[in-house]
Amino acid sequence: MKKVSNLLAMAVGLAMVVNVSAASAANIVMKGSTTVLPIAQEVAEAYMKENPDTKITISGGGSGNGIKAIIDGTTDIGNSSRFIKDKEVKLAVEKGTYPVPFAVAYDCIIPVVHPSNNLSDISMDQLKAIYQGKIRNWKEIGGPDKEIVVISRDTSSGTYEVWEGKVMKKERVYPGALLQASNGAVVTGVAKNENAIGYIGIGYLNDQVKALTVGGIEGTKETTLNGKFPVSRALYMFTRGWPDGDTAKFLNYVMHPDQGQKYVEKSGYVPLY
Amino acid sequence: MRNKRQSAEKLMQRIFFSIAGASIAILFLIMVFLFMEGLPIFGVVSVGDFLFGHYWYPTSDPPDFGIFPLIIASVSVTALSSVFAIPLGVMTAIYLAELASKRVAEIVKPTVELLAALPSVVIGFFGMVVVAPFLQDVFDIPTGLNLFNSALMLAFMSIPTICSLSEDAIYSVSPGLKEGSLALGATRWETILRVILPASISGISTAVILGMSRAIGETMVVLMVAGGAGMIPESIFSPVRPLPASIAAEMAEAPFRGDHYYALFAIGIVLFVFTLLFNLVADFIAHKYRQVGEASL
Repeated sequence: MKKVSNLLAMAVGLAMVVNVSAASAANIVMKGSTTVLPIAQEVAEAYMKENPDTKITISGGGSGNGIKAIIDGTTDIGNSSRFIKDKEVKLAVEKGTYPVPFAVAYDCIIPVVHPSNNLSDISMDQLKAIYQGKIRNWKEIGGPDKEIVVISRDTSSGTYEVWEGKVMKKERVYPGALLQASNGAVVTGVAKNENAIGYIGIGYLNDQVKALTVGGIEGTKETTLNGKFPVSRALYMFTRGWPDGDTAKFLNYVMHPDQGQKYVEKSGYVPLY
Repeated sequence: MRNKRQSAEKLMQRIFFSIAGASIAILFLIMVFLFMEGLPIFGVVSVGDFLFGHYWYPTSDPPDFGIFPLIIASVSVTALSSVFAIPLGVMTAIYLAELASKRVAEIVKPTVELLAALPSVVIGFFGMVVVAPFLQDVFDIPTGLNLFNSALMLAFMSIPTICSLSEDAIYSVSPGLKEGSLALGATRWETILRVILPASISGISTAVILGMSRAIGETMVVLMVAGGAGMIPESIFSPVRPLPASIAAEMAEAPFRGDHYYALFAIGIVLFVFTLLFNLVADFIAHKYRQVGEASL
């Protein structure tokens, strides 16, 4: 059933235009990372239900655009899946504003294989070599003599971005890697193929696939939060200066363990607490 | 009284004219939009590098915008799917129009057309969950999400188009031709092969080409079952990434009016050119080889 709903979600996601906007009077505008987008949408929806007179307008466009919007003052909150760059801070200060980061969630990407795979641990170097197409057979890393089927994500997804940054260290994933357009599709792809390896956000793990430990460290909430698990990162919301008014109220809501953070977990990310 | 009728007539004519005009205008505007959003990419890469570049890494730094592997993927998937779909579609059409008894035809025809009613996401899901593991086991290949699988699924989708349009073409061959052939002592088989097929060839060709243009533009199925590897296929069991799959997978998250966004629209232009060519060819064949009267056969 989970599989079906994953696929449905994929179809709906594809059909949807990223822009989820609502026009209104007193409102908060959010822009930026599509990785943070699901969290922002879930939390904003809940927030608007509790505060009917506040309207929150959310759009995607990528982390760079989110931070740029903060610098230009075209948004109240800029979502970003990376920390602000020195260059951008400088630009912001020149324009008379100081961006303030709020870590709102963590993203943890876990390599997965078919449940029948006897491998249980993999090193960062092995992962990189597999995704570069340098290791092409399971027997090179202690498995059976079978070709490795490498499953990757579409290059514009946030999940790919983490993978590229943390595992590939900016090297390219080789063109022979299979591309899937969603976490759910990667799970299906790996679950249906015993030669496959893929990577997914921690929220999408289920018993159809087997999670690998990376360098002996299991990807969990704890190892993500204490920074031990290597394929993880913080997700941020930036504001122009220290937030006040509606924006501050909203951010408090996002960070609250019983309110916003609940939806973080629901969107497949690791909450702060 | 007469005046009233005439003005009503005129009014209706104008209404229908503006409706027809509106749909043409909308199509034209979509085309203008497509070109407006796609052409700026050629300020970043040359047309040659775009069409014949071997690497598609739109988000890396510096990016590569080469769609040659994607074009090859689309062409090979479409070609292979026609290999499955044309014989099946056309032969089914011949059977339905010429050989099947009325009762059988009444059951078979709606069943084939039902295939067209299956949403593409369902066919894609079927290919992903059922066909892919099956192919993997039977052919002992690393992955079942590949060119062969997607060609098979696309064939399912184009068979109804090919079959029902061909059937119409075959059905509309004038009975005089058929009866004449039979009266001259030709067998049923000879009549079909030598008389009915040549007489309906323009309709059948149109059907085939429209079926193929459906296959080349199909998105959901190839996104789900073609595998998505951005390289030139080595065999029919290699994973590939056709043009529409790239657009669908990446468009939602490409920064608005960035290079990546322009590049995806430029892929749209390439697809548009492909389907336009298919349609022009279909139109040309339909006119050139149209069977007029019975004497020219």
